[in-house]
Amino acid sequence: MPELASANPLSALATRSRDVAAARLVALGPAARFVFRGREAAIGAAGGAFGVPLPREACRRAEANGRFALWLGPDEWLLIAPGADPAPIFVAIEAATAGLPHSLVDVSARSVGIELAGAQAAFVLNQGNALDLSPEAFPVGACTRTLFHKAEIVLVRHAPDVFHIDVWRSFAPYVWELLEEGRRELA
Amino acid sequence: MLIIDCPWCGKRPEIEFRYGGEAHIARPADPSALSDEEWADFLYNRTNPKGLHAERWRHIHGCGRYFNALRDTVSDFFVTTYKAGEARPEHPRPDVEGSGT
Repeated sequence: MPELASANPLSALATRSRDVAAARLVALGPAARFVFRGREAAIGAAGGAFGVPLPREACRRAEANGRFALWLGPDEWLLIAPGADPAPIFVAIEAATAGLPHSLVDVSARSVGIELAGAQAAFVLNQGNALDLSPEAFPVGACTRTLFHKAEIVLVRHAPDVFHIDVWRSFAPYVWELLEEGRRELA
Repeated sequence: MLIIDCPWCGKRPEIEFRYGGEAHIARPADPSALSDEEWADFLYNRTNPKGLHAERWRHIHGCGRYFNALRDTVSDFFVTTYKAGEARPEHPRPDVEGSGT
């Protein structure tokens, strides 16, 4: 699927994006993405095969070897492996969870990743999102599905000033340009 | 903005949620044994109270889960929220610290 994922809907927008140090905007490259849903027995096996134990705490992400497992719901996780080929990962998880009730869907081409980093990143996000993004309420390692203006996004805080936004590819230009609008007053 | 306390995710803005109708309505075990009136009552008739109302909500732009809430239909105040499958809380008091404003 690399040929699909590489057709990034943000590539044209990203080339004319201004550099604002307080809120840097980066269109991330392709990644292998999976939605895993399952009950108790399959959760450990899937995490083992993916290489990242699936987080059991609400709205938290786990990280190992550059891969991420995001808690989206009590029985739902988004697995992200940046730059990886989805096929072998899919086969490995399916092999580990064979016979256990679960669902694993390759959604690598469904969404694109955006990184927003800088001292004013939370301020820019809050122009279209009502969550409390203070470090107490949304600490490093927090992740959640939420809304940015009218578009559904998955928001992750990788570092105090670094946010990852995962958005469906057809909504990506909408989210990107509204982030640009939020950055306009910063420089 | 109205803040709703999702039992899984915590306090979230109202825009992330969808209303799901009245809670605690069990589908009859044997619908064919019901009269038309009883079936119509199950399908259509709701309590529509003025005051506390147990209702379903879905955190659709969050964890995706359905849960139940006790809401005052007069003031739109969310007295409490609880997970689907749990019994309706007894003696709710609107002055208890809740999740709405």
